[in-house]
Amino acid sequence: MFSLIARRLVQLLPTLIIVSILIFGLQHLLPGDPATIMAGEERDPEVIAQIRAQYRLDQPIPVQYFAWVKGVLVGDLGESMRLKQPVSELVAQKLPVTLQLAAMAMVIAILIGIPAGIISAVKKDSWLDYVVNVVSLWGISTPNFWLGIMMIFLFSVHLGWLPASGYVSPFIDPWMSFKTTIMPAFVLGNAIAGVLMRHTRAAMLQALGSDYVRTARAKGLFEPRIILHHAMRNALTPVITLGALEFGTLLSGAVLTEQIFTIPGFGKLIVDAVFNRDYAVVQGVVLVTSATYILLNLLADIGYILVNPRLRA
Amino acid sequence: MSGSLVATAEAIRVESPARRAWRRLKRRKGAMVGLGIIILLVLMAIFAPLLAPYDPTQQSWSLVRKAPSAAHWFGTDEVGRDLFARIIYGARASLSAGVISVGIAILIGVPLGLIAGYGPAWADIVLSRITDAMLACPFLILAIALAAFLGPSLANAMIAIGITATPIFVRLTRGQVMSVKVEDYVESARAIGNPKWRIALVHILPNVMPQLLVQITLTIATAVIAEASLSFLGLGQQPPAPSWGSMLNAAQRFLTNAPWMAVSPGLAIFLTVLSFNLLGDGLRDAFDPRVRD
Amino acid sequence: MILSLRNRLLISVLALPLVAGAAFAQGAIRIGLAEDPDVLDPTLARTYVGRIVFASICDKLFDIDAKLNIVPQLALSHETAADGKAVTIKLRPGVTFHDGEALDAEAAKYSLERHMTMSGSFRRSELSQVDKVEVVDPLTIRLLLKTPFSPLIAQLTDRAGMMVSPKAAKEAGDKFGQRPVCAGPYKFVERVQQDRIVVEKFANYWNKANVHIDKVTYVPITDSTVRLANLKSGQLDLIERALATDIKDIRASAGLKLATAFELGYQGLTLNIGKDEAKGGLSSDARVRQAFEASLDREALNQVVFNGEFKPGNQWVSPLNSYYQESLPVGKRDIAKAKKLITESGVKTPIAVDLMVPNNPETRQVAEVMQAMAAEAGFDVKLRVTEFATSLKEAEAGKYQAYLLAWSGRTDPDGNIISFAQTGAPNNYSAYSNPDVDAALTDARTKNDPKERKAAYLKASTQLLKDLPVIYLYHRLVIIAHRDRLTGYEQMPDGLVRLTGLKLK
Repeated sequence: MFSLIARRLVQLLPTLIIVSILIFGLQHLLPGDPATIMAGEERDPEVIAQIRAQYRLDQPIPVQYFAWVKGVLVGDLGESMRLKQPVSELVAQKLPVTLQLAAMAMVIAILIGIPAGIISAVKKDSWLDYVVNVVSLWGISTPNFWLGIMMIFLFSVHLGWLPASGYVSPFIDPWMSFKTTIMPAFVLGNAIAGVLMRHTRAAMLQALGSDYVRTARAKGLFEPRIILHHAMRNALTPVITLGALEFGTLLSGAVLTEQIFTIPGFGKLIVDAVFNRDYAVVQGVVLVTSATYILLNLLADIGYILVNPRLRA
Repeated sequence: MSGSLVATAEAIRVESPARRAWRRLKRRKGAMVGLGIIILLVLMAIFAPLLAPYDPTQQSWSLVRKAPSAAHWFGTDEVGRDLFARIIYGARASLSAGVISVGIAILIGVPLGLIAGYGPAWADIVLSRITDAMLACPFLILAIALAAFLGPSLANAMIAIGITATPIFVRLTRGQVMSVKVEDYVESARAIGNPKWRIALVHILPNVMPQLLVQITLTIATAVIAEASLSFLGLGQQPPAPSWGSMLNAAQRFLTNAPWMAVSPGLAIFLTVLSFNLLGDGLRDAFDPRVRD
Repeated sequence: MILSLRNRLLISVLALPLVAGAAFAQGAIRIGLAEDPDVLDPTLARTYVGRIVFASICDKLFDIDAKLNIVPQLALSHETAADGKAVTIKLRPGVTFHDGEALDAEAAKYSLERHMTMSGSFRRSELSQVDKVEVVDPLTIRLLLKTPFSPLIAQLTDRAGMMVSPKAAKEAGDKFGQRPVCAGPYKFVERVQQDRIVVEKFANYWNKANVHIDKVTYVPITDSTVRLANLKSGQLDLIERALATDIKDIRASAGLKLATAFELGYQGLTLNIGKDEAKGGLSSDARVRQAFEASLDREALNQVVFNGEFKPGNQWVSPLNSYYQESLPVGKRDIAKAKKLITESGVKTPIAVDLMVPNNPETRQVAEVMQAMAAEAGFDVKLRVTEFATSLKEAEAGKYQAYLLAWSGRTDPDGNIISFAQTGAPNNYSAYSNPDVDAALTDARTKNDPKERKAAYLKASTQLLKDLPVIYLYHRLVIIAHRDRLTGYEQMPDGLVRLTGLKLK
């Protein structure tokens, strides 16, 4: 098993290198040049040339890339051209926000998705199964940004229950923090709930048909106890590993949702950076999120192996 | 979209797998409802000129942002165009975006997956790392960057989504190939001296099909949302041609004054994506040998 | 890297409760901005929204009033020498920066020279006519000019006139924008990108008697509907750039007040004349451009897209500006005239037009309406919605035929025209060139008498309206909405949100 982990860790590095080349190359292919965009209305050719030189934009792309890699290796993610602020500082500012949102979304997804999956498996092919199915599919089938707009319209504009946007740190005002993040967290969690529900259902169906559940039933154990103790414990492991992966996508995937609710997290940072051609920010954030994603992937695999001893060979 | 589709196709010899799957699919009400809606949507897109009560690009400056009425069922938009007509024509953009982008993803992804799974070892290593890398990048960011690079248009949005969706198919095909290639019939085909490419096409590909079909329907669902997202950001369908995503983008400014502008395109996207998801789930159950009849 | 990151996280988490205590101090207001400002260094900054924040932290040598008159701020007076090549500026005595440093002639000289010479300075071109800054006495400076330059004082009412603390600026270098130290009514407290900028009242402000609010937090909220929803719910006290289509709603809402002024800038359609790669109809003949203009109904455009709240215009200053040429009024839509002009030009219809539109829902709507209007005269307008970043590049390269481009406007009319219409100027995307226009525009900036300047501009305008490198469309209304607990708010045409004089009920 350790050799497997070691092998996966060795694979991590080339993957990250490819991610960085991919993002670096793609960005430099984008039309429009950061110095021109930065200048905006103030179009002084000489100043634009100065900025190009300052950020090495006048040098060949491979040179720029290696200069960036050199920085990353010593922990320097570069500087935002637009804000003249180190990227690592921006990442540190946004990470807690995105983590909070992702965690809340995950809780919502689990609270909806797992019970729904269990119910629909236990009551397979009943009307309840169909209802739960459609309800969970609605989460995956709604565009995040539309649901967000609709929720703002209903809960903020119309009913005035929740603030339409903005973010308050839980360390400043926990209740307000909850109120500002509950809508985006629901929008994100709602989509994942559907995924979790599907997988819980499938895993539960398999577990319920297995030998040990049949044995338990034969022993005359109370049905809910069978479901909760015997079937669920076995069914949930793949669901948990899946949850870890979904959490990973959440860290970078809240792009439009953060945009709509004006939540200052990774998603908003990176979209603004792409449109402003703030190269260093895009590279830094993608590097951090993809590294996190790959690590979570690895942890999920390890977890999977740990609970499935048969896979250890 | 991350599905752990572990299914070894234990074909039942009595009836062909496809026939059996269809028989099982027919019994799943959800899947049939999904299929029905998809067929209706496709018909709507094809016969849009006959169905739409107005020209979807005809502006009427005296009818700007009017609420739904008998003359305009879904209301009018910010330059006085009929929203019902735009929804009908918008189906063309959304459906073709879903189907064509997934088509692109399959055309690139499946061959690469076959090569990775059945070709030389170095190809597997290279392709797997690139696939991992692309999957680790945020999907929408990749699509946004690609669409911005190619220039905003519906066709380019499809290409961008197609490329971004490719790694899923590479990984899926590769995984299936890995599990199939040790089967007896593949081994024996090789023993007879069939060339590799022939084995890949004749013996392996058909066995990958069921899982692919499931993934295709589910990815179409994602692609429809992705197209709407790109159009929402202005990187998809160009005005004045309608697309549900760009209609939502326009609607956002008038949420308080004209909420109906956001309702109909949102519901249209929802219905389309839901149908593909229902069908995909049904297909998955129908193909899954673990699920009893 | 991970370690240092974690440390930073820890620090930011620990620092939060401290900020929190202050955030709810008495007399605090929250202002909703339409975008996240760029770097807060007056020398390096370039966005409109950044200027709104500067209005509270960095005072300028001069300011403008509602009628665009130049009034003293950190300076008391200015005097131009008879030959126009030297300007003497007397500074206000007893002014200090936020860090306690005195604002004297040395500091003013430092600030101006920083604007003029710092690498990456966007003020350089605004002060390009300044040759040297001299200290006359501790409270007097003299600017020596290369050539007479009448817009100079107007430049000093904006970022080029902002004074920075020499001590802080020297220490921070190009990181000054992370903690700007100026001489405005509020001093910088903290900034979290895309989240908030906090400033608090500066106790030693020269005009402190007129500063009544203790603390101001700027919150960027891009979506206008969401911004307004936040104002209505009381999360915000003031928002900038409310939509014209929301004006009725704001007027009807209890507890909300509206403050408006017409902008200094314009929205225009730049037509590619000199470097049209595709050699389209518009670039081939001025009559085709005139036909295009005649096909547009500016008033209808204003009604459809902006509920009639904006001001249609045909010149680079709005019809309300004293430099507007009344002898050249806004034309009416005339399809017959448009068709006649096209026939005369000999260009065959339909005339294909590649219209590049920066990606934003409002400009897209304007473009769609224009597309429908021009179609009636025989133009086949294809819209190409392009990301703003890309559109600038395409415009520079001449890969467009028409480009819907706005200009935020400058106090002096010179700033609205010379860099667009002069041969080879940086904003001259049209690649327009006419020696008479060049001469008239240069003439206008060397004269000090407004009457003489206006006469020079008339020559330029008459020619420009014939050649049409830019079809001016309309002037936007600066729309500020605020809660009625705020009193004393007055809107200036520059769109900035000035906080002095503002009171909380």
